[in-house]
Amino acid sequence: MKHGSSSPIILLLSRVLSPYIMLFGMYVIFHGHYSPGGGFQGGALLASSIILIRIAMEEKVHQLHFNKDYGIPLGAIGVLIFFGVGFIALIMGGYFLDYGLLPFPGMITAELRFYGILLIEVGVGLAVMTILVSIYDNLLEEDDDESI
Amino acid sequence: MHWELELVLYIFLVISAVVSLHVKDLLTAVVSLSVFSYILAMLFVSMGAIDVGFTEAVVGAGITGVLYIVMIFRTTRKSND
Repeated sequence: MKHGSSSPIILLLSRVLSPYIMLFGMYVIFHGHYSPGGGFQGGALLASSIILIRIAMEEKVHQLHFNKDYGIPLGAIGVLIFFGVGFIALIMGGYFLDYGLLPFPGMITAELRFYGILLIEVGVGLAVMTILVSIYDNLLEEDDDESI
Repeated sequence: MHWELELVLYIFLVISAVVSLHVKDLLTAVVSLSVFSYILAMLFVSMGAIDVGFTEAVVGAGITGVLYIVMIFRTTRKSND
């Protein structure tokens, strides 16, 4: 996993398959309103596409793909989007996650609910993707400290 | 779904669960657990819970298998003490 696979079949398959898994994850996130799926499933699909590259390729390539230092900060931003949208609705006088009261100018209530749910799902997907990838990174990272 | 196909899926579900519990090699157990998870996802879809089946297929058959395999590669067969 640190040094990559030597088989050309594994390298070619993971390189070809990973962008399509990522595209399907984006589709699942952005169509979460009216089809099965949503933020959690789409985020797990995005994470699995990144982990596929991490298993197959050597370390230089997958650090270019998604740097391990970005994991925790992007997850925090995702949680912040989720709770930010919820608390903005709470401050404007509704319940928690009451999308109809979000202060976006020039939109009717149906559009407000549409974009509110979209923001929530993008936040959940971002948090799930980065936290799953950083769990994988932390599992491999302790190898360097203990091996002598 | 036809009940014959569901019966076949249930039989393979039980077989994969028993194999993953009783097999000696840990890598075989992980692969058999992924097979269990995927068959369970198909059964969820056939019962009408598409969302649950989707989550089971992505998390149970994808992410957990990778994490288990990474943990198995970090262990050794003999202890260092």
